Amino acid sequence: MINLTPEQATWLTIFCAATVTYSLRLSGLLLAGRLPKTGRFKKFMDALPGTILLSLIVPAAIGAGPIGWLATALTGLCSLKTGNVFVSMLVGIVIVAAGRWFGL
Amino acid sequence: MNNTPTLPREHLHHLRIGFTANLVVAASVGAYGSVLGLLAAQKGLTWFQLLIMNLSVFAGSAQFVMVDMWFPPLPIMEITLAVLIINMRYLLIGASLNPLFEGKSLFQKMLFIHLVADENWAITMARFHKATTTIWFLLGGGICVQAAWCSGTILGHRLGAVISNPEQFGLDFSFVAVFTALVFSFWKGRQDLFPWLVAATVAVVSESLLPGKWYIVCGGISGALVAAFQSVKPEGQADD
Repeated sequence: MINLTPEQATWLTIFCAATVTYSLRLSGLLLAGRLPKTGRFKKFMDALPGTILLSLIVPAAIGAGPIGWLATALTGLCSLKTGNVFVSMLVGIVIVAAGRWFGL
Repeated sequence: MNNTPTLPREHLHHLRIGFTANLVVAASVGAYGSVLGLLAAQKGLTWFQLLIMNLSVFAGSAQFVMVDMWFPPLPIMEITLAVLIINMRYLLIGASLNPLFEGKSLFQKMLFIHLVADENWAITMARFHKATTTIWFLLGGGICVQAAWCSGTILGHRLGAVISNPEQFGLDFSFVAVFTALVFSFWKGRQDLFPWLVAATVAVVSESLLPGKWYIVCGGISGALVAAFQSVKPEGQADD
């Protein structure tokens, strides 16, 4: 095993993480060119953005506790009603901040 | 005098509207970036190392996990593996961008794909079926999000000594808030209800069963599979 200085280890870690992430981004794009563009597969790819975002949110929202649930619900409601992403986002953050301020 | 067939003017225009369209989500990116900066400062990363990490990795949740695992001696293999798992969704994200990159050169693909984050990807995809959307729109958004990410994290890093508890201001929640505000632009109608329910349920269940961030990929894939295999029929008509 090669001994690295902490400085070298830091840069190597960042380099590995960057390489892995870039490879994933690029191979997704390049491989998709070889996949079918009709039928079920197209339906699958069309549905992906929504389902990925949802999978990103739901566990995190549930983990945020009762105040987080309220904030998520009101953020979603505000986004549905107004279509304004910024205001909706702010609603969520303010509710969570206020909730924690009062120790809820 | 017009030697260049595709004048960059239109590209610049799309770059600009892409940038502007992402300003709102960039505000949120800056907010949770500041939390990452604070954490990184506590782990002894210098602001320069953090900046290089931002520019080269450019993936929010993966960087949070990296900093979380940042204890000397650095577990390089474990961190790399964790980043691989968390960012597995970029395979799908990259694949979903394929129609946008139709007819573009390999060089352009290699260049433009780096600045794809969850946020500018979501904004680009939400627009894709409604208005003319180019890879320059995507890049404009990427630059906007990258700029906010760098400013937020570096600001947080510098403020590290001043604020000890960023959670108090709800900044960590801005991650959930921004995606909750965005997700409804992907709702196309009642046919999405069942796939979305499945995605959410699978994500929650796999989050409690599997390590790391596999739940994002599991939930995303199972929801999209349901969408691919459900038969959408008019009301009252029986399934075959």
